[in-house]
Amino acid sequence: MIYLDNAATSFPKPARVVDAMTEFAREIGANPGRSGHRLSVEAGRTIYDAREALASLFKIRDPLRVIFTANATVGLNQALLGLLSAGDRVVTSGMEHNSVMRPLRFLEASGIRVATVPCSSQGLLDPDELRRTLSERTAMVVVNHGSNVNGCIQPVRALGAAAREAGALFLVDAAQTAGCVEIDMAEDNIDLLAFTGHKALYGPQGTGGLVLGGRVPVERMRPIVFGGTGSRSEYETQPDFLPDRYESGTPNTVGIAGLLEGVRFILETGVTAIRRREDALADVLTEGLAEVNGLRIFSGSGGSRLPTVSFTGDTLPPDEIGLRLDEEFGVLCRVGLHCSPAAHNTLGSFPDGTVRLSAGLFTTEEEIRAAIDAVRVIVSEGGAR
Amino acid sequence: MNEGQCVALFHSTSLALRGEKLCRAEGIPVKLIPVPRRLSSDCGVCLRFAGAFEERVRALFNERALEFEDIVCL
Ligand SMILES: Cc1ncc(COP(=O)(O)O)c(C=O)c1O
Repeated sequence: MIYLDNAATSFPKPARVVDAMTEFAREIGANPGRSGHRLSVEAGRTIYDAREALASLFKIRDPLRVIFTANATVGLNQALLGLLSAGDRVVTSGMEHNSVMRPLRFLEASGIRVATVPCSSQGLLDPDELRRTLSERTAMVVVNHGSNVNGCIQPVRALGAAAREAGALFLVDAAQTAGCVEIDMAEDNIDLLAFTGHKALYGPQGTGGLVLGGRVPVERMRPIVFGGTGSRSEYETQPDFLPDRYESGTPNTVGIAGLLEGVRFILETGVTAIRRREDALADVLTEGLAEVNGLRIFSGSGGSRLPTVSFTGDTLPPDEIGLRLDEEFGVLCRVGLHCSPAAHNTLGSFPDGTVRLSAGLFTTEEEIRAAIDAVRVIVSEGGAR
Repeated sequence: MNEGQCVALFHSTSLALRGEKLCRAEGIPVKLIPVPRRLSSDCGVCLRFAGAFEERVRALFNERALEFEDIVCL
């Protein structure tokens, strides 16, 4: 079996991630921050340590500005629904995932204006193009850092600078990049960073969050969920301090124990080393597919890109290629629109979608070559079968 | 100088844990304990330390903008 669906979720996870979750479930298991006993404190410490590890990964000083949520989607919803109000204008790119587009379309119905800046045919958003759109007063700019369709990486620092010049908050969807692309929230001009735990952070599904930079007006950002936090139980109103204001209900502590271990693994390995490895895999993947006749390839251009590449065949639809890759060659990938109709529109692959091969840190060159050989066999047989 | 024990009370466990880390990094011996019943109606933990450190702890929390409810010395 060759797993090339790391953009959906990374697999396998480092063994230490699984071990950390087992150990938490076996030895600690208590509800964090709800009781004063030692196991509860230990559970609280696990979560605190995870905040600290993520703060260090994204280079922010205060770990309490790391808000845990169930995934990137909830983090993005918290930022968008929490900060935007009727009359506000929000600007986004043509490469967004539905976890951004759907909340934006929902908000549009309640009087928020949404402007989309087109991207190049390679999926890149030009900072000058963004700057021109920002001549009109704008509350927020939201951008997908790394594409889950073609792997291109946006120049977030320059985009963030444009957003700041215009006095807009800059929200970055780092679902695909947190853990594998260097992120320094202050240097990169990022005000809000949504991350998911189960992709390049190597944690389990059901973990993620939203990191708040110093410019976020916390008093104005409405929580999207209210409830018990273990703090201030004598009051029926939501606490106003971080992170409790945005963390109601018992968290996925066992998952966060795994996420902590995933982030430790990344900090020990180094994001720069991970990026170098993934860039090499992206080259093998892109160049290998380019040698197969009868394919149209969608990949990030030059420089750094994620090892996530889409393609279509001249004669077979994506779903058939995907099915044959799985059934005949044991190659697991994802076909279709990848929850990203906007991105497929930009790249010219809407509505049929693509076949997406996405490698991860643990993918080998041999696996990629074997998968490409399988693609070659399938498309050369074409519709003849 | 205060010869007894003090506790720093926080709004949440995460704040108390941050307080613990900040103190340890400054070499101030602290211990997380359940909040004494007479100090709070809420269940939770607080940070206990020797009274001699009271001013340093207060200054440290203020300097690092760590929100705390109160420091109570017994
Ligand atoms: C670019 C992008 N944004 C957001 C998400 C949503 O992540 P999650 O499903 O973990 O919330 C994904 C992945 O599914 C993604 O690829």
